[in-house]
Amino acid sequence: MDVELKNIQKWFGPVHANDGISLKVEAGTIQGILGENGAGKSTLMKVLSGFIDADSGEIVLGGKSARIGSPADAIRHGVGMLHQDPLDFPPMQVIDDFLIGADGSILPGRSSARREFIELAERFGFSIDPNNYVSSLTVGERQQLEILRLLWLGVNVLILDEPTTGISAPQRVKLFGTLHLLAEQGKAILFVSHKLEEVEGLCSRVAVLRRGKLVGEAKAPYRTSELVEMMFGKEVSLADRAPAGEGEPVIELRGLAVEDFKLSVRGVDFQLKAGETLGLAGMEGSGQRLLLQACAGLIRPVAGQVIVGAHDLTGRHYHNFMQRGVSYMPASRLEEGLISGLTLAEHFILGQNIRRTFVDWRAGLDLAKQRIAEFSIRGTPTTRVEALSGGNQQRAMLALLKTPLKLLLMEHPTRGLDIESAIWIWGKLKERCQLGTAIIFISSDLDELLHYSDRILVFFGGMVSRPLDASATTVEQLGELIGGVGLN
Amino acid sequence: MQRESSRLIDLGFRFSAIILALLFTTLVLLVAGAPPIEAFRHIILGSVGSVGKISDVLVAWVPLLLATAGLLVTFSAGLWNIGIEGQITLGAIFTTGALRALQASSLPPAASIAVAVLAGAVGGALWALLAGALKTYGGVNEIFGGLGLDFVATALTLWLIFGPWKRPGVGSMSGTEPFDVTLWLPLFPGLRLSPWALVIGLGGIVVVYLLLQGTYFGLKLKAVGRNHRAAFLSGIPTSRYMMLSFLICGSLAGLAGAVQVTAVYHRLIPSISSGYGWLGLLVSMLVNFQVVPAAFVAFFFAALNIGSIQLPIVLKLDSTLSGVLQGSLVLFVLAMEGARRRLVRLREG
Repeated sequence: MDVELKNIQKWFGPVHANDGISLKVEAGTIQGILGENGAGKSTLMKVLSGFIDADSGEIVLGGKSARIGSPADAIRHGVGMLHQDPLDFPPMQVIDDFLIGADGSILPGRSSARREFIELAERFGFSIDPNNYVSSLTVGERQQLEILRLLWLGVNVLILDEPTTGISAPQRVKLFGTLHLLAEQGKAILFVSHKLEEVEGLCSRVAVLRRGKLVGEAKAPYRTSELVEMMFGKEVSLADRAPAGEGEPVIELRGLAVEDFKLSVRGVDFQLKAGETLGLAGMEGSGQRLLLQACAGLIRPVAGQVIVGAHDLTGRHYHNFMQRGVSYMPASRLEEGLISGLTLAEHFILGQNIRRTFVDWRAGLDLAKQRIAEFSIRGTPTTRVEALSGGNQQRAMLALLKTPLKLLLMEHPTRGLDIESAIWIWGKLKERCQLGTAIIFISSDLDELLHYSDRILVFFGGMVSRPLDASATTVEQLGELIGGVGLN
Repeated sequence: MQRESSRLIDLGFRFSAIILALLFTTLVLLVAGAPPIEAFRHIILGSVGSVGKISDVLVAWVPLLLATAGLLVTFSAGLWNIGIEGQITLGAIFTTGALRALQASSLPPAASIAVAVLAGAVGGALWALLAGALKTYGGVNEIFGGLGLDFVATALTLWLIFGPWKRPGVGSMSGTEPFDVTLWLPLFPGLRLSPWALVIGLGGIVVVYLLLQGTYFGLKLKAVGRNHRAAFLSGIPTSRYMMLSFLICGSLAGLAGAVQVTAVYHRLIPSISSGYGWLGLLVSMLVNFQVVPAAFVAFFFAALNIGSIQLPIVLKLDSTLSGVLQGSLVLFVLAMEGARRRLVRLREG
């Protein structure tokens, strides 16, 4: 079935996630959707699969305009989506999970479904026991289950959102084989990814999104440099960079290994000096956050050492790290950074390290006023933090950082901010570097990484590059590394 | 202007919630075949109709106030301390135990009572810490842990009354052997109210008020309750604060149990907590967890409880009518709050 998206518009508050996107995918093809984080790929796919409603635009399926208001609608129209994190039911048995989206009678037809499940699985060479529990399957098997389920529901258009995250290499080969088979059967496949090599190897056509817009399309065979340029744009020149700091070592990682259920990062060695800035590049979920959290003691490394100053803090509690002058600034402002329901003044009062019983509210208000002015926060001491705009919340978090600090760890310090605010915030951060604070930050903005870091580590599926000298690296080189090209 | 009108809307919703609760209760009365006006009149007269009645309301107010004060602390930390009933009960058990141990000693009665009351606070605190430890270190939701411990506390009381602490002869539901008058908290002459109990109750709510409004501890507790993760990342030892909030709530609940023994029943009875823990939960929710209004609403609820005592005698109605009114009040206030939010959202587009 042919799929056509016409002029899709979607706003999330002030963010224009999809800006007039029109795209045509023919039946029997595998269409790649490429773009960096926040480019609008997932939004577009969620619009098509009924997960979110577009503000305007039209979806045409097989020549007919379709109104898709929910995922169930989408399935009825033959559109199914495989989400980045499997949306299945781990505590259920495979067969029940398989049955769950099916319309039908009050009693589930388990025995016929079981037969059809086994048949379908055999056709694609999957071996999943229908009596197993979903929680006992690997991520790859859960994906296979989800694909089977969608096919069984009669899906003609299959959307896969970053399907290769967290699955093994043989499973990936099997997945790609399955996708080719489905395309031959005349299904339209939409394959969303940021991994250049996969898209190049698998898809017959590619559409590239950047900042909510469709910036270009290409057909196989591709020129990698062209795709990188479409994904990340041309290099923008910013102000002169300051020279790297040369001071005492602040943090040293020796043979560090960290892992979670999906990913493992191994053998990281580096040393950071006072005043130095290290950027962590890579697509979200490539391991950079694990490393950053290990530097703060928020997760325990499985091997290696974390040395802060002269102290080996491996395996110690986060609050011990804080006592040694380490601070962690999370990306999600209202989930992890600030406390909804408390005012700015209350935040600043909490931020002081005072050993007293009673709060001096007057002094707290004065402190808040002073910080609000210093950090140009648009709000008053009695404003609750959730009423601030994103940029002002970011400023508030910055204003809450303790002084002095030895090491500042930040996730996406300027995400979602306009360019002026971002430059202002980096001005404040660089002031701290002058005072000897070392910074490690995660960003998906290549310009930000290249401009404000002294050195950069690139992450790809848990692999870590050697430290790159930021002043000798170009946007293209960095873009290719992030896409996994040339990283060994 | 905008703010003024939204305040009016706010008040309007609250007021209509009260009207709805009264209408609902009236409906229940009509269904039961009782004259509503007459019933309400008896409740009012029965609670504030004389000095004696008002002092009876205050007798009920003290334990309710203590339980509510404690719950405001755990609610601040974002915890649902459903185990409060058990904590009151354990307070009563510890107080009774202490008095039994001391009644034969040469200690002056005043000192015995003081020790017993403190023992009550310790008992409640221990029971709360158990729920807290299950929550903080064992991953057991405090609602489930607390509820389980409530049942254990009830069973413990019954076992004590019919077992080790039974009256000479055979144990009975009327409780343990009453203590000697010298071991009672002194009462106002001619009333059932003890000035000391009143002091303990008011002391509890004042301490909680100061704690939550004025101290770093209170502010940090609020931070933990509002956003556990952010509080942790900002350096607050969240587990310790959660345990401390259980400790404080349990102590206050234990004091409520101690007051029930030393000032009201003078012995251990099967349902010594009298449901003040549950009622305290209702009060806290009704006032949106604010300390000062909580004191007034607690008084109002105590008045409803006392006022409905004579309903069975005069109108052949069960005294649980007060519970109907209290429960429907909370439900309607919460429902109207939901309706108000919806309206605000609609207006803002």
